Amino acid sequence: MKPNFFRRHFCLMAIGLLLLPSLVLSDENVNPDILTAAMSRLNNASMLDRSAAIEQLAAVQEPKAIVILQALLDGHLFNLKAENKLVIATEIEAGYTLSDAKNGQYLGTVTQDTVQKITLNNALRVALRKKIGRLELNASEAKVRINAVQAIAKDIDPESLVLLRTQLGMEKDGSVQDEIKLVLGLEQINSNDKSQRLAALDLLKDHASPAVVNRLNALQEKDATGQFVETDADVRNSAKTALININSKLRVYAAIETLFFGLSLGAVLVLAAIGLAITFGVMGVINMAHGELMMLGAYTTYVMQQLLPDYLGWALILSIPAAFMISALVGIAIERGIIRFLYGRPLETLLATFGVSLVLQQAVRSIFSPLNRSVASPEWMSGAWKINDFLSLTWNRFYILVFCLLVFALLLQILKRTRLGLEVRAVAQNRNMAKAMGIPTARVDALTFGLGSGIAGVAGVALSQITNVGPNLGQAYIVDSFMVVVFGGVGNLWGTLLAGFSLGIANKLLEPVAGAVLAKILVLVFIILFIQKRPRGLFPQKGRAVEG
Amino acid sequence: MNLFQQDKLAGWLMVTITLISVLIPLCNLLTPVDSALHFSAYTVSLLGKYLTFALLGLSLDLVWGYCGILALGQGAFFALGGYAIGLYLMRQIGNRGVYGNPLLPDFMVFLNWSELPWYWFGFNQFWFAVLMVVVVPGLLALVFGWLAFRSRVTGVYLSIITQALTYALLLAFFRNEMGFGGNNGLTDFKEILGFNIQSEGVRSFFLMVTGLILLLAFYVSRWVVQSKLGRVITAVRDQEMRVRFLGYRVEHFKLWIFVFSAMLAGMAGALYVPQVGIINPSEFSPLNSLEIVIWVAIGGRCTLYGAIIGAVLVNYAKSLLTGWAPEIWLFFLGTAFILVTVFLPNGVLGLFRSQEQKS
Repeated sequence: MKPNFFRRHFCLMAIGLLLLPSLVLSDENVNPDILTAAMSRLNNASMLDRSAAIEQLAAVQEPKAIVILQALLDGHLFNLKAENKLVIATEIEAGYTLSDAKNGQYLGTVTQDTVQKITLNNALRVALRKKIGRLELNASEAKVRINAVQAIAKDIDPESLVLLRTQLGMEKDGSVQDEIKLVLGLEQINSNDKSQRLAALDLLKDHASPAVVNRLNALQEKDATGQFVETDADVRNSAKTALININSKLRVYAAIETLFFGLSLGAVLVLAAIGLAITFGVMGVINMAHGELMMLGAYTTYVMQQLLPDYLGWALILSIPAAFMISALVGIAIERGIIRFLYGRPLETLLATFGVSLVLQQAVRSIFSPLNRSVASPEWMSGAWKINDFLSLTWNRFYILVFCLLVFALLLQILKRTRLGLEVRAVAQNRNMAKAMGIPTARVDALTFGLGSGIAGVAGVALSQITNVGPNLGQAYIVDSFMVVVFGGVGNLWGTLLAGFSLGIANKLLEPVAGAVLAKILVLVFIILFIQKRPRGLFPQKGRAVEG
Repeated sequence: MNLFQQDKLAGWLMVTITLISVLIPLCNLLTPVDSALHFSAYTVSLLGKYLTFALLGLSLDLVWGYCGILALGQGAFFALGGYAIGLYLMRQIGNRGVYGNPLLPDFMVFLNWSELPWYWFGFNQFWFAVLMVVVVPGLLALVFGWLAFRSRVTGVYLSIITQALTYALLLAFFRNEMGFGGNNGLTDFKEILGFNIQSEGVRSFFLMVTGLILLLAFYVSRWVVQSKLGRVITAVRDQEMRVRFLGYRVEHFKLWIFVFSAMLAGMAGALYVPQVGIINPSEFSPLNSLEIVIWVAIGGRCTLYGAIIGAVLVNYAKSLLTGWAPEIWLFFLGTAFILVTVFLPNGVLGLFRSQEQKS
């Protein structure tokens, strides 16, 4: 492509940027002559001809050209031998489904030997990628434009720089502007002209990306002879300021990340502890099988995924009510079968429920084998939410945090606004009085235990997304969740929430300093000491019930 | 059952223990290897192990049965006692380790340590190690108990923080940086006081010593609980508030029995380690401590000898079941927990007792 040819069309392109709605194929916009000519050239055997044809196509400045070029790059562009016509083909089992490259018309399916791929060499591929990048700078979606800028940046030349500068002038979207500034700045900082370099620093100074940090650090370095690599002091100083600026930003990001990790760990702790808080707070019952009820929830997720292997997301969502039901039923069975014989003897419920936990563990081990089962994450839960180069939050932890808050809010509403909640609170405050007022305490006990156990099951669903599902899953969390309940104060859900989050954050704050295991030990020691100071937790129950 | 009958049952049990711990070693010393009266090294070690567990159960019964403190961290004191003697046994290996370092144990050489940590010093002396077997658990119990009892942490809260204590120690001892062998713990012992630790004579000797210490511990404990001090402690269990209002310093009594029990548990650990030849952090696991509780619950709380019977019974069942059908063991243990707490609040002994009362 001749440069002046390109420039002539540049104004057209700029207008096109505003006019083109999207990359929809439409016959009206196509300049048929150039397109047809270019396409027939592309069909020629020689690489030189193909190169010229690509230039021609790129110069068409039509969305359709991009589609053809992209298909060429991806290896989807074929020649239909019989009609000597370019087609875009998608591979299927027995051959290809074809659509006309020119107008997108569906042409049916053919076998492999009726079409021939338009091949490329490496040099052409690089050039093509750049071309597509340039063309996509006109795309209406900011995301596509950012990708285009990144594609151009991979192999930068003066022409692309000019293009990017022009684009920067008319770009409205902030994130695309930033991306262009980054590319331009990183290029310009190598300039021999001091003012150019300073201008480049100006472009880069707000950009916290690894490439910028490396480049700015390089500016501070000395070479073997003790001379600064960067000869100019002004540039050095301004680079230094920019670096300090960026580093303080990075510290903020690191703090946000730690906070997020802490909150997500806290969310897991809260989910694990909240069911325990109910049974412990309301009934004074230590349920050592609580961890195993979580394990049941996690295994429910596993079974659900086995039943619906093609719908991971749905399986996960469906397993929330399923796990709640299963764990709640098991919980009610435990309450009716064992615990109701042991009221008033809290230490003995501890022992009996521990027995239950052993039986449940072994039952799962016998049914599902002692090996860990991996539960897959649906697509929307895997990966990370990349906020910038230094800060990305994993989706699964993010969702668990949200989920934890939802469960907490729901539980709070149940306790506050429903009949069951009222009865539960009444029994927790004064069992005898509640009984005298006609509240069926035995039924309330069973339902409370079922509610607490069901929440354990729901917590298990969440846990299955971040850890392996195995028979020992519950044991790993039981001590922690007791700590949270005791730290928060028995019988106080807000206390449990606060305790869970603060322990999670404390753990993550200590981890970089002390290491994961030592951090955990320190937190445990802290709780042991805290209990000495406030034996009934952060938010103790008040009144007569305390000594009971 | 009156005191006399209780004494009679306890008496018979003590006679049995004496017979086991004296006759079996004697038989082994006096008879040739192929004789019918000669017990295999395995049996001797197994019996010795059961007796150390009995001592451990006894120590828990003191705090749980008599003082009402459900300590879920008794295993921690046991393990600390075991580590104390383990350090001595490690020092006795000398240059016979894999790396042949005369001073450092193998795992320290492996971790590129150049010298022994300060807390290892003194453990080349047997008397020092034996002292530490009671001092370290006792000290931990003293500090922990003083903090907990002074601020009146009771009931389930106390149980939970004792569990947290042993869990924290479990995590700590897993760390290589602690200098106690990390995950693998201390093992590969060679000799004790110059005798080969694997030899039959030493094994028989350990059985005898364990039996005699158990006997001694039983009678001392019984003397303690029947003394005036013991009666106050039992009163604390039943009506802590009332005892406090009567002018007793409740926390002192609790602390006293807690420390005494921790020392007994430490001794049990020290007797256990040479006989099984290894100590590793898994002894600190909360599950182990809970198992001790079930020994006492099955045997029968607040009798002292019930704990001994329970410990031996449960561990015999464990050896039997884990060898025969390992997957049954947890079902058995779990069901035992449930059935005993629901139906037999006084354990197996309670079963005998109620029958006698009926007749």
